[in-house]
Amino acid sequence: MTIDFVVHDEGDSVGVVVVEGLKAGATLNGWIMDQDRMMKFDARSDIPIGHKLAIRAIAKGDSIIKYGVDIGRAVADIEPGAHLHVHNVKTKRW
Amino acid sequence: MGIDLKSASFEGWRRENGRMGVRNHVIILPVDDLSNAAAQAVANNIQGAMAIPHAYGRLQFGADLDLHFLTLIGTGCNPNVAGVVVIGIEPQWTGKIVEGVAKSGKPVEGFAIEQNGDINTIAAASRAAYRMVKHASRLKKTKASMVELWVSTKCGESDTTSGLASCPTVGNSFDKLWENGNTLVFGETSEITGGEHLVAARCKTPEIRSQFMAMFDRYQAMIERHKTSDLSDSQPTKGNIEGGLTTIEEKALGNITKIGKKCTVDGVLDKAEAPTHAGLWFMDSSSAAAEMVTLCAASGFAVHTFPTGQGNVIGNPILPVIKLTANPRTQRTMSEHIDVDVTGLLQKQINMDEAGEALLDCIIRTAEGEQTAAELLGHREFSLTRLYESA
Repeated sequence: MTIDFVVHDEGDSVGVVVVEGLKAGATLNGWIMDQDRMMKFDARSDIPIGHKLAIRAIAKGDSIIKYGVDIGRAVADIEPGAHLHVHNVKTKRW
Repeated sequence: MGIDLKSASFEGWRRENGRMGVRNHVIILPVDDLSNAAAQAVANNIQGAMAIPHAYGRLQFGADLDLHFLTLIGTGCNPNVAGVVVIGIEPQWTGKIVEGVAKSGKPVEGFAIEQNGDINTIAAASRAAYRMVKHASRLKKTKASMVELWVSTKCGESDTTSGLASCPTVGNSFDKLWENGNTLVFGETSEITGGEHLVAARCKTPEIRSQFMAMFDRYQAMIERHKTSDLSDSQPTKGNIEGGLTTIEEKALGNITKIGKKCTVDGVLDKAEAPTHAGLWFMDSSSAAAEMVTLCAASGFAVHTFPTGQGNVIGNPILPVIKLTANPRTQRTMSEHIDVDVTGLLQKQINMDEAGEALLDCIIRTAEGEQTAAELLGHREFSLTRLYESA
């Protein structure tokens, strides 16, 4: 079985796509590293390798959690399974 | 199971000051930009001599000039270097670098261009380089314990796979090397932004913690002073963003996994400063790959570990740079740049301990003389860090 995305910690809001050519609508196999557990998720958009998908609903203004730590704020509402990147998340620094 | 670092050894060159080197370079070191042409001509004349051209060394002053000297002297003193020919436009600053390198006890000679011209300087410096390469070629390798190997780290063109897998692989190796009593360094001050509390928590003493935070805060203040945006046009880099990293905080959290889970931060270093005891050091430094790796070489490190996501191709003239990646696309499209393939981590084909062992094995092979991808491809990036404008 191919692992399509990896999540650092079960408390995180995002997973990282680790395969090339991922298309919207695909059912994805996810691996939660820290807890060594698998999960399934449907992709809402085409997501390039290395890019993130939301694994929960995120509202505009929410903090994004990865590695169990705050990595920035959502500047738009983000649906579960959607591509999460510079178009909808910004740094809280600088 | 795994490599027993206590009993592991490597064969390298023991230098006059007692340090162990893993390469045997004779370098032609220009003091300034004006002397690059002569240095390169000498390296063309004498096989086995390597010129290290760079862009600076004129009208610098104060701390910026001190760093220039410290970096060039440190490069000459690095144990991977057997001998040094210094060429400058005038004799005084040339002499200062010769004097600094001579303290290491290794052969060093200086040549100045003014009142001689390039052609006479090249002739005299070529004869010196000839003698030094002859000398270096006579030196015998000797065996040393692994603990004598100084190992540095810095990642580049990171992406999300760096934080998931290739940076933690370095962390796994660093934990083992740190427990073994090796001398280690990491840095990249701006790339700790968002994870500074995690590094601070790892500092061995409150004094080291406050020294680290002072360096971190100074760097943040510098960024605040000069920035015209949230830096999303340069930090994360365009390559980082292409690779899926969204914010500096996300990039930093991946970056700091290179210091593993067990290491404590045992001291802090200013740029190009040499460690004074074993353990893991933090160096206040730029996050630009060539600048940081050049500083590690100047501090005396002998092997460098470099995780990459999107495929940074960096090397260094004297410090072998070992690259590892966990990104399957990078491994597929740029495999000639990668020394250790850890893509299996993301498909659970190998575990972190196995990846760390594979990297340690490559570190030992590199220390024993195996050429890295960057060496084979001729990557010799040498970038001096500037603190401010020249006078």
